[in-house]
Amino acid sequence: MRSPLLLVVGAVITIFFVMMAGISFIWTPYSVVDLNIADKLLPPSTRYFLGTDQFGRDILSMLMVGARTSIGVAVLAAGIGVAVGVPLGLAAAAANGSLFDEIIMRGNDLVFAFPSLVIAILITAVFGPSAVNAILAIGIFNIPVFARVARGASLSLWTLDYILAARVAGKGMVRISIEHIFPNIVSLLIVQGTIQFSLGIIAEAGLSYVGLGAQPPTPSWGRMLADSQTLIYSVPRLALLPGFTIVLMVLGLNLLGDGLRDVLDPRVRRARS
Amino acid sequence: MLRYAITRLISLGVSLLAASLLIFFVIEVIPGDAASFMLGLNASPETVVALREELGLSGSLMRRYLDWTGGMLIGDFGVSYTYRVPVSELVMARISVSLPLALYALILTITMAFPVGIFAAFNRGKLSDFSLMGVTQLGIAIPNFWFAMLLVMAFAVSLKWFSAGGFPGWENGVLLGLKSLTLPALALAVTQASILARVMRSSIIETLSQDYIRTARAKGLSRRQATTRHALRNAMIPVLTIIGLQFSFLLAGAIIIENVFFLPGLGRLIFQGITQRDLIVVESVVMLLVFAVVLVNFVVDIAYAITDPRLRTGR
Repeated sequence: MRSPLLLVVGAVITIFFVMMAGISFIWTPYSVVDLNIADKLLPPSTRYFLGTDQFGRDILSMLMVGARTSIGVAVLAAGIGVAVGVPLGLAAAAANGSLFDEIIMRGNDLVFAFPSLVIAILITAVFGPSAVNAILAIGIFNIPVFARVARGASLSLWTLDYILAARVAGKGMVRISIEHIFPNIVSLLIVQGTIQFSLGIIAEAGLSYVGLGAQPPTPSWGRMLADSQTLIYSVPRLALLPGFTIVLMVLGLNLLGDGLRDVLDPRVRRARS
Repeated sequence: MLRYAITRLISLGVSLLAASLLIFFVIEVIPGDAASFMLGLNASPETVVALREELGLSGSLMRRYLDWTGGMLIGDFGVSYTYRVPVSELVMARISVSLPLALYALILTITMAFPVGIFAAFNRGKLSDFSLMGVTQLGIAIPNFWFAMLLVMAFAVSLKWFSAGGFPGWENGVLLGLKSLTLPALALAVTQASILARVMRSSIIETLSQDYIRTARAKGLSRRQATTRHALRNAMIPVLTIIGLQFSFLLAGAIIIENVFFLPGLGRLIFQGITQRDLIVVESVVMLLVFAVVLVNFVVDIAYAITDPRLRTGR
């Protein structure tokens, strides 16, 4: 009974942040680029709803634009995983047991065995810290995740009668994969996408916290935390607000992912009934 | 068993080969070359040539790769450009912080996760289960570096129980050293403990619904006996996999946490290497971390095969 409720809560939180990011493109209460030292470190008031930081920037505006950065990086990184991983997984399932399948899956194991954070740091360190490189660094590690999900889900479908019928009708492996297998694994991919989205938010925050994500003046939640670190003694609010924002966003996505799994994944549905 | 160990060993070798190629390639594709990258834009051409010579960059690509990997095999990680000491010396000094930190975090993870997971599983569906799982949802959502900042605010700034960062060195007493690693280890452990508690709970619930538990109960074992003798042991299999994976997460995750607490570990060494453009340090320490992670995964795989014979023949 509680899963639809949590699903709704997760969806509401996610939509809230996506809207916040969307609105930031056309309107923010204040500019996030202009510094206004006269108004620095003001407490929350009717003028600055969440107060200002040490440069007099409005925190609410920073969080709104930061949402854009975090969501953008995480979604694009998940997109890389889907765009590369799903075709690989589908192809591996279609060629199940072949050398091709073996190579793809062992390659996946390799990427899995690597400490992703270390490699992401290496990539951003060498190619220069930027949002684009953060997307690439996080995205690479999404590829094996989606490949594995796509392969695993497709394998059982290939044994079903309607796929056999399609083969008898003369359809090739590629066409069957696209027309019959893919539509049937979309729901699983959506669930996995939500999970990778939330992991991407945390990874992006971590990379920008250590200065390897989006560069100033682009606000990001992780860098807001890094900037606040020297002020946690005097103005803890600066460290608390971006942190709560990250936790809420990730929590929302996790609830959404769990809820969607309950609704969409036939295995879980059967186990519950 | 021997055959299984050999295949795992081969895959360990392939992983390391792939990792070293990847790291080498990434460092290699830097615009310009490592020498000009390390010296920055204003370096005179003579200095660049001199450093290129010193780094052994004049040889062919193949030659340099073999020099680097061959050196590492015999413990020669090169000489740090900024510190002017062998990287292996730097690593040995830093590993005495990073490794204890990861182990400490692992112990905390297990001591927090086991009771929570077991308790939640046996009280499935009750309010206590629901609230514990709610707490673990929160634990998964918290970025560990932010949790670290919260711990500093609470225990270092307000309560003054711990220092906000830094490491006194083991020579000043083991207890003092452990004390300064407590907040970092806790920050690292909270996410992993949340994940592990959830795995533990679902694994026990799954095991309790198995036929052999019903059989055990039918032949007269009490619920408690059936649980301790049969359910917990079998439920441990997925839990052990996760613990193995988590140790590598803890080692790698320490990179960021060490920066929050200004701990002189491998993570800080990597970041200092990055900011000082000391690529020899970066490349070797990254490779070392990958090696540690791959090695842990290998040991877990073997440990499994010993405990669970079914896994030896599988795949």
